[in-house]
Order: sequence, then structure tokens, then C-alpha cells
Amino acid sequence: MTYQFDFSSLLAYWPEFLQGAWLTLQLSAVSTVAGFIVGTLCAIGRSDGPPWVKFLVGSYVEIIRNTPLLVQVFIVYFGIATLGVRVSANTAAVVALVVNVGAYTCEIVRAGLESVHKSQLEAADCLGLSKPQIYWHVVIRPAIERVYPALTSQYVLLMLASSITSQISAEELTAVANRIQSDTFRSFETYIVVGIIYLALSFVVRIALWLFGLAVFVRKRKLGTAL
Amino acid sequence: MPSFSLVHLEFLGWAAMWTLGLSAIAFVGGGLVGFAVALMRISPFRGVRYAAIVYIQVVQGTPLLILLFLIYFGIAIVGFQEVPALIAAGIGLTIYSSGFLAEIWRGCLESVPKTQWEAAECLALTPWQRMTRVILPQAIRIATPPTVGFLVQIVKNTSLASVVGFVELAQAGKLINNSIFEPFTVFMVVAAIYFAICFPLSTWSRRLERKLNVSRR
Repeated sequence: MTYQFDFSSLLAYWPEFLQGAWLTLQLSAVSTVAGFIVGTLCAIGRSDGPPWVKFLVGSYVEIIRNTPLLVQVFIVYFGIATLGVRVSANTAAVVALVVNVGAYTCEIVRAGLESVHKSQLEAADCLGLSKPQIYWHVVIRPAIERVYPALTSQYVLLMLASSITSQISAEELTAVANRIQSDTFRSFETYIVVGIIYLALSFVVRIALWLFGLAVFVRKRKLGTAL
Repeated sequence: MPSFSLVHLEFLGWAAMWTLGLSAIAFVGGGLVGFAVALMRISPFRGVRYAAIVYIQVVQGTPLLILLFLIYFGIAIVGFQEVPALIAAGIGLTIYSSGFLAEIWRGCLESVPKTQWEAAECLALTPWQRMTRVILPQAIRIATPPTVGFLVQIVKNTSLASVVGFVELAQAGKLINNSIFEPFTVFMVVAAIYFAICFPLSTWSRRLERKLNVSRR
């Protein structure tokens, strides 16, 4: 092996790596929040909605979960263009990621909703809570608390999957890497650096979500037990 | 300008075969490596365990896209020129699926009750006998639904092999789109083919899961 590793030529590019990483985090954050809202609403619709809503949400979830994100990204990017609306690659990327992660969130949250025992609902009813109160305090919050670890892993995967949007030239970390490696011809080194950045980002996201969980689920923090 | 026709559909059909072939390579290769890593992960030796943990964390913490790029450019550095895209993509997807399968199967191995391990040891079975006669028969039952579920992930992720120039379903879609520029039609058909491959697998996985739950209840 005669290859000479040369990371020094990448040194000049550190602001661009940083900017790419920042955009990756932004993309992931927006998609996570929006995807969580979409997914939770879908989960509620799928477990308690009228039959046609159940059917619609069910089809949405199955279609998204059984096709690759890459193809979804292409359909959204080119599909929106076909409709005559011109959007930036970044916007299309966010839309595709939200649609994608919404379906996964829906399945996870639904599992949580179904795990709420019927006796809990009856007990809440006996205490005279109103329907919205029951839904909020007895069903949704405990359900999400219970599936929060699964959601965390899903959102870390989302952050990693956002690299796929480089294929429609959204300017996130992988796209930055592609550009830098074609500038410097230091392909292997570039992708090693970017791999390490992704690894670091996945730890950052994991820790951030864990801290968020601690802040939001007060009961769990105080009792220290799962529901 | 020509529009989407049977010729294109035939091309996509062939590409779908390559997608299936690549998925098979990734599953078999990833299964072999993944099983070894899963065993390392529950090894009594701390060093071996940590090595497996690091491997799993690194594979699960970097995007498959970056992994594929690294292998594509890495193979050239090691000194092999003109490596077929199938090999590069196959290696990348093997590493990717081994990282995830190792973690899935570790869970399955560990979910076999500890008493079973101990009982096997009391009966003076060798570690090999204990694994093949006692633990694996039980672990495989638990492992089947999530493994089939992960097959869906593998099939979907073969779409990323297009970045190293492997002509599978997604890449074929891109090629056709470049020639006729009907992105919506082309990628809808591509998505439909993926769906046709993945949906039966998902359904199967879910049915296995339900069956397993009943037998355990």
C-alpha cells in the first residue's frame, strides 16, 4: 500500500464542514419536530379515527415504510416541480424527510397508544375527566413517554438518513463532502472526516434528545421508573 | 420525445433483479458477519465485547452513503483498480447490515432466559453444544420476525448503491428519467416496484410476530 494519507489539505475547508454539519442539524431538527407532529396526528387518526381515516393513514404508512427514502426524495423534488411550483432543494429535502419520518413516528406512537390499558381510561372516566382531558393526560402523554426511547433511535436514524438528500443537492454535510472531495481529490480522507462528524452528530442528537426527555417527562425523572 | 413504454418497464424489471441480487448478497454477508459480531458482543471477554460495541456504534452512527463512498474510494487505495460496482456495493451493504443484524440478534440471544444457559452448563454441554442445541433453537424463533423486518431495510437501502455506479432499481430509474424526462411517472413506477418487493416482506414479518406472541402468551 503506497497511498499517502493527507488530511492537511482538508484543513482549509473546516468552515465548510462546519456549515454542512450545521445545515444537517437544522434539516434534522425541523424534520424531527414536523415529523413528530404529523406522525402523532396520524397515530391518533389511525387508532381512533373513522374507517376512511384509518384506511388513508394506513396506506400512507405502508407506502412510505416500504419504499426507499431516495425514491421518495426524487418524487417530492421532481413531483413538486412538475406541479409548477419551484422550490429549493433544501425545502424539498425537508418535505421528503417529514413525509418519511411521519410514517415511522405514526407506527411508533400508535404502539404507545395501544399500550394504554383500558382500565386507565375507565378510571379517568370515573374521576370525571372530560374527553380531551383523558386524551391528553391519560392516553397521549404516557404513550409518548413509553415509546420515547424508540422515537429517539428513529430520529437519530433520520439525522443519518438526511445524507440522502445530498442526491438532490441539498447543501448538507454529505453534499459539502462531495464538493470538497472533487475540489481536493482527497476523497478517502474527506469521507473519513465526514464519517467522524456524523458519528459525533449522532452522539450529540442522542444526548440532546435524552436531556429533552428528562426535561419533559417529569414523572419519570422523579420516580426513575418506566411507566 | 419518447415517453414511458414497455421497453423502460423491461429495463426496470431487470434492474429489480439486480436489486434483489444485491439484497441477497447483503443479507447473507451481513448475516454471517453480524452473527459473529453478535457472539462477540456477548462474549465473556471484555476486550472482545468492547470491540463489538465499537463496531456496532460506528456502523450505526454513520450514514450508509458515507460508508459506501469510503469503500468505493478505499478499494482503489488498497490497490485494486477496476473493481466491479457490485463488489463495492456488496461490501458496503454487508458491513451496514452486519452492524444492525448484530444488535438485533444480540437482543434475541440475550432474551433466551439465563436459566437455559446455566442448565446447559450443568448438563456439561460444551459451549458449542450449548449454543447449537439449546440457545440457538430458541433464539431463532425470537429472531425471525425482526430479521424479516430488517430485510425490508436492506432492500430499500440497496437504492443507495446507485452512488457507486451500480445499476439497480433506483439508478435505472434515474437513467430512464435522464433520457425521457418524465420524473414523476418513472419514479412512481420505481416506487411501486420497491413496494411490491417490500410489502409482502413487511406483512410476513408482522404475521410471524403475531404468531410468536400467541405462542408465548
